[in-house]
Amino acid sequence: MPTYAHVIANETYRFGSLAELMAKASPERSGDHLAGIAAGDETERVAAQMALADLPLSTFLRDAVVPYESDEVTRLILDTHDARAFAPVAHLTVGGFRDWLLSDSADAATLGVLAPGLTPEMVAAVSKICRDQDLILIARKCAVVTRFRGTIGLPGRFSTRLQPNHPTDDPAGIAASILDGLMYGGGDAVIGINPATDSPAAVETLVRMLDEVIRRYGIPTQSCVLTHVTTSIELINRGVPVDLVFQSIAGTEAANRSFGVDLATLAEGQAAGLGLGRGTLGDNVMYFETGQGSALSANAHHGVDQQTLEARAYAVARRFRPLLVNTVVGFIGPEYLYDGRQIIRAGLEDHFCGKLLGLPMGCDICYTNHAEADQNDMDRLLTLLGVAGVTFIMGIPGSDDVMLNYQTTSFHDALYLREVLGLRPAPEFEHWLRETGIFGPDGRPLPGAGLPAPFARALGRIA
Amino acid sequence: MSDKPPSTGRDPWAALGALTPARIALGRAGASLPTRPRLDFQLAHARARTAVHASLDLAGLAARLEPLGLETLTLASAAESRAEYLQRPDRGRRLDDASRAILAGRERPAEAPEVVFVIGDGLSALAITANAAPFLEVMVPALRAAGWRIGPLAIVTQARVAIGDEIGAALGASMVVVLIGERPGLSSPDSLGLYLTAHPRPGLTDEARNCVSNVRAEGLSHAAAAHKLLYLMTEARRRGLSGVALKEEAEALADEAPRRRNFLLDG
Repeated sequence: MPTYAHVIANETYRFGSLAELMAKASPERSGDHLAGIAAGDETERVAAQMALADLPLSTFLRDAVVPYESDEVTRLILDTHDARAFAPVAHLTVGGFRDWLLSDSADAATLGVLAPGLTPEMVAAVSKICRDQDLILIARKCAVVTRFRGTIGLPGRFSTRLQPNHPTDDPAGIAASILDGLMYGGGDAVIGINPATDSPAAVETLVRMLDEVIRRYGIPTQSCVLTHVTTSIELINRGVPVDLVFQSIAGTEAANRSFGVDLATLAEGQAAGLGLGRGTLGDNVMYFETGQGSALSANAHHGVDQQTLEARAYAVARRFRPLLVNTVVGFIGPEYLYDGRQIIRAGLEDHFCGKLLGLPMGCDICYTNHAEADQNDMDRLLTLLGVAGVTFIMGIPGSDDVMLNYQTTSFHDALYLREVLGLRPAPEFEHWLRETGIFGPDGRPLPGAGLPAPFARALGRIA
Repeated sequence: MSDKPPSTGRDPWAALGALTPARIALGRAGASLPTRPRLDFQLAHARARTAVHASLDLAGLAARLEPLGLETLTLASAAESRAEYLQRPDRGRRLDDASRAILAGRERPAEAPEVVFVIGDGLSALAITANAAPFLEVMVPALRAAGWRIGPLAIVTQARVAIGDEIGAALGASMVVVLIGERPGLSSPDSLGLYLTAHPRPGLTDEARNCVSNVRAEGLSHAAAAHKLLYLMTEARRRGLSGVALKEEAEALADEAPRRRNFLLDG
């Protein structure tokens, strides 16, 4: 195994492996301390960053942080690497790559062509030597567009997942949150429910309900019930109208196994979704969720830092051409990301790495009550990700998920971002919002208006 | 836009609030959250934060539990502070040396207990204060009536669920039930979780457990939680296992909430 070193003022800092170098170059976070792989102090961190900056990008094609023989994610990364796409940057070091990404040479078209030539470890490495503003500027250049019933990711647009969760999956309670979200212009990325009960019968009830709502009101969006991929496959085989096939994924084979999936299962899920042919504008049928710390949490991290492993999860995602990828950044808790500062950094890193790898990256900008974070931290990350060109965020009534017990962005938060950055929903959805009378001709919510007629009729039914 | 009135009132669909605990129909100030719901949120967050950082009142709890007639052991995890507890889940899963000595020094009873209850503060001491005693006041008599041999009651500070495995094993119990303060939600700072593990021993993972969650005044009632746990315990004893294999039947049992019709689709 090759070793790595850097000399600062006659002191030599040695790193026993590429994984150790990457871990010690990572900006500080509690999860790497928990794993016992973080830099001992800030000087050692900078030494690692300097050593990393001098490393040729091609190193990552020869030295795998997780062994090729024992991990199918590593095999996926190396076996599908596109050497031709990589060629324009093949001569660069990690530091040189950062400079190149910041230059005018790296525009949307160039970065799109380059993406298949980049590995997760390369983008993770360069992220570790970027400041927040670099992560924002570079991610903003990337253009990733996906389609199902709407077009997600066009320039000047940003979308929301309407997340109408309810503690007992009560249909009326879910419908109340859906109506709330639609009236605030949310839901163009997906209407996606985390079910409280994960049985196939319960999930089927919710899938059919969302399908009927979308058809009844002619909403140009797609539905998803976030259940295990094998449950979705079972439902699809029974003819249940599943739009997006969901799965949580991670960056190692062992972590994915702890989720009960492997690449073959995911391929089966994608094939099942494609088989239904329910997308009218495109065939991006997968919805993935990820989050730093999941591999460590499953004791499947191989001594690799959580940010690098998170980027490796994106290699899994891109294999299946997803409509949406969501890093659920603050959900996992303070043992992985301790406070607002660490959550914000991780959110920017994840978005950056996903976009460079060619993914439609959204972010669940969120925190739990045992993390040292609050609404102001979320406002900061929301604003920074908005500037960085985030593809979508969550939208939930009043930021309070009453099923999952955490706080994420609200319908109001999305309107805030639209207001300050002039961002619009997906074009098909925006058209529907205007036609229905939810948004006015200026593309903003109509103030003080009554409910549009179809929804007023629906509301009349509960009287 | 200046000719349009500011919209700070409630939304016309405010009546839907009766259908969900979610914070719907909050109204808008411009496009943003009006003052009242913004401050309501901060109050809820402050309460949840207080729940996370509150200490368990050990003396008060022991006094409330005394009428149950169970021997009480007071133990601590290896996490020395709340800050350490939050960042080192591994330390919250095992006992400190003093607690190990307490357990090791006990005389083994002639007959091993069938079940041991462990009360852990978890992420909400508030949940324990509000729910542990009232729940056990229903649960313990029900178990005695069904002839269960109940071991001592352990109260553990800075505890995570898996610490019950070590305690259950040290006490030779066939089964351990951990009562633990769940991660506080914004609208539920005092939610109690119940975790059942058959044949407890260190090293088990969540797959080996069954969970009854959201036990609190506004959630699953103490009586309903006791009913559900007794069912799980009876099945676990009969089949000699807990965890994933028991899960589906338990979910069917839980799925009894009345369903209201969906107004978006009816008619």
